[in-house]
Amino acid sequence: MTHNASDIDALLPLPAATFHILLALAKEDRHGYAVIQDVEQRTGGEIRLSAGTLYRSIQRMLEQGLLRETRDRPAPELDDERRRYYRITPFGTAVAGAEARRMADLVRMARAQGLVPAKA
Amino acid sequence: MSRFYSALLHLYPASFRAEYGGEMRSILGARLRETSGTLSRLKLWVETIADVVFNAAAVHWDILRQDLRYTARTLARSPGFALTAVLVTALGIGANTAAFSVADFVLLRALPYPDADRLVKLWEAQDGGRNQVSPAIYRQWKTSQSFESMGAYYTNAVNLVGQGDPWRLETAVVTADLLPILGIQPMLGRLFIASEEGEGATGPVVLSYGVWQAQLGGDPAIVGRQILIDGNPRIVVGVMPRDFHFPNRDIALWTLIGTAGQNDEDISNTYWEVLAKLRRGVPHKQASTEMDLIARRLQQQYPDDMENVGVLVNPLRDELSNQSRLLLLALCGAAVCVLLIACANLANLLLARALMRRKEILVRTALGAGRERLVRQSMTESLVLAALGGALGVAVAYVALPLLTRLVPTTLPIAQLPSIDPRVLVFAALLTAVTGVGFGVLPAWRSAGRVDIAGMGLGARSGGGRRERARSALVIAEVMASVVLLISAGLLMRALLRLQSVDPGFKAESVLTLRTALTGVRNDTTGRRIPFYRDVLSGVRAIPGVSSAAYITSLPIANMGGVWPVIPEGQALTGARADRASSRFVSPGYFTTLGIPLRRGRDVSDSDDANQVWIAVVSESFVKRYYPNEDPIGKRFKFLGTLRTVVGVVGDVRMRGPEQQSEPQVYLSYKQVADAANTFYSPKDLVIRSSVPAATLIPALRRVVQQVDPQQPISNIKTLSAIVSDVTAARAVQVRVLVAFAAIAFLLAAIGIHGLLSFTVSSRQHEIGVRMALGAQRSEIVRLIMRQGIFLAAAGVLPGLAIAYAAGRGMQTLLAGVQPADAVTFLAAGLLCIAMTLVGSLVPTLRAARVDPATAFRSDA
Repeated sequence: MTHNASDIDALLPLPAATFHILLALAKEDRHGYAVIQDVEQRTGGEIRLSAGTLYRSIQRMLEQGLLRETRDRPAPELDDERRRYYRITPFGTAVAGAEARRMADLVRMARAQGLVPAKA
Repeated sequence: MSRFYSALLHLYPASFRAEYGGEMRSILGARLRETSGTLSRLKLWVETIADVVFNAAAVHWDILRQDLRYTARTLARSPGFALTAVLVTALGIGANTAAFSVADFVLLRALPYPDADRLVKLWEAQDGGRNQVSPAIYRQWKTSQSFESMGAYYTNAVNLVGQGDPWRLETAVVTADLLPILGIQPMLGRLFIASEEGEGATGPVVLSYGVWQAQLGGDPAIVGRQILIDGNPRIVVGVMPRDFHFPNRDIALWTLIGTAGQNDEDISNTYWEVLAKLRRGVPHKQASTEMDLIARRLQQQYPDDMENVGVLVNPLRDELSNQSRLLLLALCGAAVCVLLIACANLANLLLARALMRRKEILVRTALGAGRERLVRQSMTESLVLAALGGALGVAVAYVALPLLTRLVPTTLPIAQLPSIDPRVLVFAALLTAVTGVGFGVLPAWRSAGRVDIAGMGLGARSGGGRRERARSALVIAEVMASVVLLISAGLLMRALLRLQSVDPGFKAESVLTLRTALTGVRNDTTGRRIPFYRDVLSGVRAIPGVSSAAYITSLPIANMGGVWPVIPEGQALTGARADRASSRFVSPGYFTTLGIPLRRGRDVSDSDDANQVWIAVVSESFVKRYYPNEDPIGKRFKFLGTLRTVVGVVGDVRMRGPEQQSEPQVYLSYKQVADAANTFYSPKDLVIRSSVPAATLIPALRRVVQQVDPQQPISNIKTLSAIVSDVTAARAVQVRVLVAFAAIAFLLAAIGIHGLLSFTVSSRQHEIGVRMALGAQRSEIVRLIMRQGIFLAAAGVLPGLAIAYAAGRGMQTLLAGVQPADAVTFLAAGLLCIAMTLVGSLVPTLRAARVDPATAFRSDA
């Protein structure tokens, strides 16, 4: 599947859960529960994805081509065969980047209006 | 714990559950291990349940949105299919909703009174017929124990003067205990009280909402005020609510029966109708048994008059003629036929489509789409079609309903326009939805069941076998139902034509009629009325274009007039009710005006007044009955209390309309109305034969009446032709509706044949190509396709004829003598079906004949 810029724009802004899942998968493949734990850690316990929200998001992200399931499994002693591992696609990376830029732009605009304190 | 969660996960679609259920369970397990303390665990469970409910709904919604988008795309790609399916559904749902709304309203729904199921009407029953009752007999009936209350009434018409134009209004004259039986409270004021019955012609009046609004301006302070009815001042004591009608919706006001009427001892003077309410817990049967006992007692008491007279206890709900009931049932039968045909057609469309899409479904299955998803997708599509059809169907019903109001009989105390019945609508929509789901989804289910990659090579050719037989059966059923409808409509149309061509005994064309009812003190003797007739008639005859004019008690067909016993001179009264004739008082020139032929003797003349011999002009059937083989002129008979001498004989008139035999007729001189007799029978209908259009005549007529008596209202202005055609109006409406239904059914059946054959041709293109390549002639190909068309038609028509015959026998009483096996109708229906088959097969046959072997091979490559 090839994607272009308009495909990316069509998905923005991303739902918060989707963005957090992309962040969790940015560096390494993870299974579902690991995604939940990663999001929880990174946000200091503030965001705790429910199982339903997670898999509903994952199903949609698979359809949209942001993720794919991977057959690469960790070492057997660490693996649980019920688990499915997900990997971010290049399109997913591009979408996450676009979303991050969109938010950065928003923050810059807010800062110009004095709504956010300037960087220390 | 985990079993509960597994059960909870069933809220998700099966595909989602299969994909993620295991992981979701293990996540919950991990969470539960991390959580300690009852309160925290409880909190986790609450969160989990909320999570499943919310996300499951969201997943379903996502799928629905996808499916709706997909449906919109596929339907837009085949607009012909979409449009046909929606129209077919709409016609089926619309026709049914309209027909059943009327039927339910007239036949089933409880009447708008509290405890309506306990309301009954009581009639004198004799020889299978029924009659009103005399006040004296009513008083005997009232002694029965089965009823909580009983009241009597008769209907009359009165003049309301003093509020602008004089008005002619229908009234019900009631006993004080009548209105309370119905249990409806007046909107303003009160009902009658028993002590007011003595007040007679100056007693109180209760108004209907209609007359209060239209004639009295909705005056909120009307209660306690006086209005002038038939020249008598009466006090308004109450106003009834808007939706109250009794005994029928024409009644504008209610007045009390005076004491004089109630004390009438003449038991042959039967003009009261009786309404009663069964005691709570007393079954209808028990009341009937008690009334039978009373009837037997009355038979012993009055052996002459009451011989064979029983009592009929009839639920108020059932107070409508068998004919109205049958008309409506026939209509419902037709509507069901249309719905079934619509469903069959829809099924056929969807089956054809499913076959065409088999390849697509196989591809999608091979690509991993689950059966559940495919079925769900088809279901969404079917439901969207059914919903669109249903919405359009409501529109069809709204348009159709007012056309059916003529089928609401006036004899029931209900409003004229029924409302659309949502239950019927939902029922019809459900039926089409079930059809849609059944025939749209099952094929998808079955195809998706086996991942049959080999099937992909088959293309759309693989339509044969069982499924083609199913489709043929559906088309055959459609043809059958349309034949039944066609013949039923045809039979009723023939009946209508026959009734319309029945000679009523007079010439209705170019005759205008209107009513000037002479009531009140000013007109209470014949001597006072005669100058009015004389002046109006001479004024009317002077209007240019009028060739003749006359007065009569009441018009034939429209009103019954009066029916009285006949006692030829020298004979004793043999059973008071045995020999009766209808009576009319007429002015000279009546027979000429209506074109009734004078067979012997002379017309009524202006010199036939009360001081001369009291004369009668009688009909031919009267002569046949009483003076067979004798010269009737000069013979005398007792009628309406006086000895009358026959001076003339005229042709018979069908007083009761084209469908019923009439009693023999007696016409009396308008100057020989006994003063003691009820003024109700004095002439009031004016008939005018003219050579100018009725509309141009009306202003001049009004002026004439105005000049003679400015306070005299004019009502019921109508042409005699309209009165005659009104009799068959309900039938005409029904025939029109049935013909429309039959036409729809016919069209649908033709579409069915066309669709099936087209499909056969395109799916057998390959085979046809092979045959042609192997040397088959085009004529053989044409024969091949035509044979299928003829088979479909014949297989539908033959059982259709048999069912139509049975249906015809079922409604024989509606057929006015037309035979249920009427050859003309059957032949016409047969020919139409042959024509339909030919037209339906034409295009597919031509296409088959034009198949080019080379293209046929390539099309599947």
